[in-house]
Amino acid sequence: MEVILGFVLVVVTIAAVIALRLLRLVRRGARRAATSWLDRHQPHLLAVFGICFPVAVIFFGIHFGPRFLPPSHSRPADAIAPLFTATTVLTGIAFFLTQALLFYFLFRFRAKPGAVASPIAQVLKLELTWTLIPAVCFVFLYLWGQLLWTKVTAPPPPDALVVDVVAEQFNWKVHYPGQDQKLGRVMFRLLTNANTIGLDTLDPASRDDFVPVQLHIPKNRPIELRLRSKDVIHSFYIPYFRVKMDAVPGMITSLQFTALQSTREMREQLNNPAFNYEVACAELCGRLHFAMKLIVVVDEPQEYDRWSKEQKTWMSRQSETSWNQ
Amino acid sequence: MESIVDIEPEGIDDERAEEKGRKSTNWFLRFLFAHVFSLDHKTIARQYLFTGIFWALAGSLLSLIIRIQLGYPQADLSWAGHALGHWIQNGRIDPEFYLALVTMHGTIMIFFVLTGGFIGSLGNFLIPLQIGTREMASGFLNMLSYWIFFLSGAVLFLSFFLESGPASAGWTAYPPLSALADASRGSGAGMTCWIISLMLFVVSTAMTAINFIATIINKRTIGLSFRRLPLTIWAFLFGAVLSLLSFPVLFSALMLLVFDRNFGTSFYLSEVFIAGVPLPNLGGSPILYQHLFWFLGHPEVYIAIFPAFGIISEVISAHARKPIFGYPAMVASLLVIMTLAFIVWAHHMFVAGINPFVGSVFSLTSFVIAVPSAIKVFNWLSTLWKANIQFTPAMLFAIGVVSFFITGGLTGLFLASSAIDLQLHDTYFVVAHFHLVMGSAAFFGFMCGVYYWFPKIFGRMMNSTLGYLHFWITFTGVYLIFFPMHFLGLTGLPRRYYSFTVFDTFSGYADLNAFITSAAFLTFAAQLIFLVNFFHAMFFGEKASLNPWRSNTLEWTTEANIGGNWPGALPIVYRWPYDYSQPGAEKDFIPQNVPKA
Repeated sequence: MEVILGFVLVVVTIAAVIALRLLRLVRRGARRAATSWLDRHQPHLLAVFGICFPVAVIFFGIHFGPRFLPPSHSRPADAIAPLFTATTVLTGIAFFLTQALLFYFLFRFRAKPGAVASPIAQVLKLELTWTLIPAVCFVFLYLWGQLLWTKVTAPPPPDALVVDVVAEQFNWKVHYPGQDQKLGRVMFRLLTNANTIGLDTLDPASRDDFVPVQLHIPKNRPIELRLRSKDVIHSFYIPYFRVKMDAVPGMITSLQFTALQSTREMREQLNNPAFNYEVACAELCGRLHFAMKLIVVVDEPQEYDRWSKEQKTWMSRQSETSWNQ
Repeated sequence: MESIVDIEPEGIDDERAEEKGRKSTNWFLRFLFAHVFSLDHKTIARQYLFTGIFWALAGSLLSLIIRIQLGYPQADLSWAGHALGHWIQNGRIDPEFYLALVTMHGTIMIFFVLTGGFIGSLGNFLIPLQIGTREMASGFLNMLSYWIFFLSGAVLFLSFFLESGPASAGWTAYPPLSALADASRGSGAGMTCWIISLMLFVVSTAMTAINFIATIINKRTIGLSFRRLPLTIWAFLFGAVLSLLSFPVLFSALMLLVFDRNFGTSFYLSEVFIAGVPLPNLGGSPILYQHLFWFLGHPEVYIAIFPAFGIISEVISAHARKPIFGYPAMVASLLVIMTLAFIVWAHHMFVAGINPFVGSVFSLTSFVIAVPSAIKVFNWLSTLWKANIQFTPAMLFAIGVVSFFITGGLTGLFLASSAIDLQLHDTYFVVAHFHLVMGSAAFFGFMCGVYYWFPKIFGRMMNSTLGYLHFWITFTGVYLIFFPMHFLGLTGLPRRYYSFTVFDTFSGYADLNAFITSAAFLTFAAQLIFLVNFFHAMFFGEKASLNPWRSNTLEWTTEANIGGNWPGALPIVYRWPYDYSQPGAEKDFIPQNVPKA
């Protein structure tokens, strides 16, 4: 409500200022003053802005810094952090340099009585300099980025734990291979309102598969998520792990990472007993896009083994008539 | 040479005859052909301008509702229920309506303001005047393109009044969300309207682009070689080529979408199980749509920003009283950006499920396109070096474009790197990036052009004090809105979220969101100053002199007049448009039609 009141206040004030101004204009016979204060002081205002702006940027960065996400807790995405820092430093230098030059030139070369501009129109050496220096920086950033990109998108190691993730409006379903470490076959044409993941119950590998409500993963073990979607495009996104991949109907995409810090460790580190890793949907998927949440629990390996043994198989949890039709 | 001036090029007489034929004795028909279905490029430009202002106002009002929801999610909006009806439930905005707002805000701002309104108004106005001709290559096509644009806007506008609401699949409208009425309420009739509207828009844009290209290539006056072309015209030319080659791809993408929606084809659909029913569609790929869409979608941002590039080059040079620095580099960088703009599209799709190698290629081209962008910035900076800078609202808005383009362009380097994009894709970092680099920068370019050419368009001057006020509030306001948004993105906040309270990860930034909302309201209020100034100056502004900015380009050499075409002979061009502060010259500017000594 206060925002509305504030808005009305601002609009009324501005309208009043404008009305007064217009009245004065009319009184003066709509004749503009030779130069107003604002006309004369633009270079100074720009200089003030040129000083305040970088200061505000730095202040805001320092002030807000502690609220950024903590460093990535997953491999290989944690290797991206140095590249991120390097990009921030390089773009930061370019940012402060060019903005400073812009506002400095505007102030320094403001029109003065009797001053004449230089007719200089081109300096080839300068053109080459500011073509080549950025180009070299960009090539450097690109190559570094690609070294990481190949790492991030590399196929998972053979010992990875494979989990089948099914996205639907507005839910994530996680389908584990069970004790045989083999995912049961899933098929689109088997999807029904009862068989919500399309599991082929005739496949022997399906028998011990389980579908828990949270994504449990063991710490320090490579995970491969095979993403599929039942309806529209979703995107599997764990902010703390810096991973993201779309789930697209009609195809299987894959995402691999290794969690480096268990949920319990994070709770202690953040001093927040309610902390949980969360999966969000990062691709607009409809009405409840903003509420498509899945909790990720990173366990110690022994804990994970215990948990996975405790899980009831998917088939045992469904009434036989619901999937055996 | 002089004798050539008196001979009017062929075709001019015919056009005038045609115009006479349109002068009926019936006042209504006369009005209709002079002001509604006018073939005069200046009238059409004004039509585009007013339509553009209408859409800008509508689009920014939508963004205010979005900002209320994000900044003050607890606010009681029951009072808005009178206007918004069932979109307000128990005093809260309906989530589906929120998505419709996001979709419509994007569509309106990108297509109807920055493409239609901006290019249609200033392009149509400036091209014939700056190249020294009386009319566009085809006045009829020009008129048609405006009215199709109008129709397209009308369809979009009417979709707000549908029972199921306007389209709500984002301005990108990815299928299957946009293809299936079951996926989202807005994907029914609202989406149909959206598709029809955008198809009409593509037709209109294609007509405009053809007209621009034909006019610029064929109708330049005597002496106006390509080497003497003002940078505005270069920018409009390259922008037109870009839109002519990319917009039709959107048309075909939408056509396939229509087939999938209405005729049971499976271009974009495969293995979809929705509303409890498996659909029969097999073999399509939603990623195909993304490729087709972004083949337009990415060039589109350059289509919107090119005119701003051209306009501010012109304005900065004229206000610096200095030739534009590196004219050949400016033209070449535009050409390189235009070419590369066609091969960077998949950087929107790094995590869409494409082959990682494709990601590598598009990451490279995205870095490469930053080089000509950097060249442009450094050339603008050098134009200011050792200059004699005059300050007017137009110049300030040009400075704003440079500043925004630097800030927003640099954050683009994060997003061009496919590895970093893993983290930032579809977060508020992206929202902040594109709002600065193509949204605000192009909008400031538009404003810069309006302030600069207002005396030529309406024959009167805008009030500079109100102009300064408008600039300063908007300039700081835009930074206050979008700079903190980068930080929201770095904390991981995804875009297009109705509310951030569901996730613990995202819920701790309400203070920053409230701050951004306040800044947005302030910035919007400043636009009212512009509107007052604009409409007041239109009728009561001080009469403008012939060449108020002491500029070199041809439009300032023709007589100031409001309607119809300027009389007299066509000008002859003897020099490039940037002869400012030439040593030995009488004044610090030499218009293009002054013969060389």
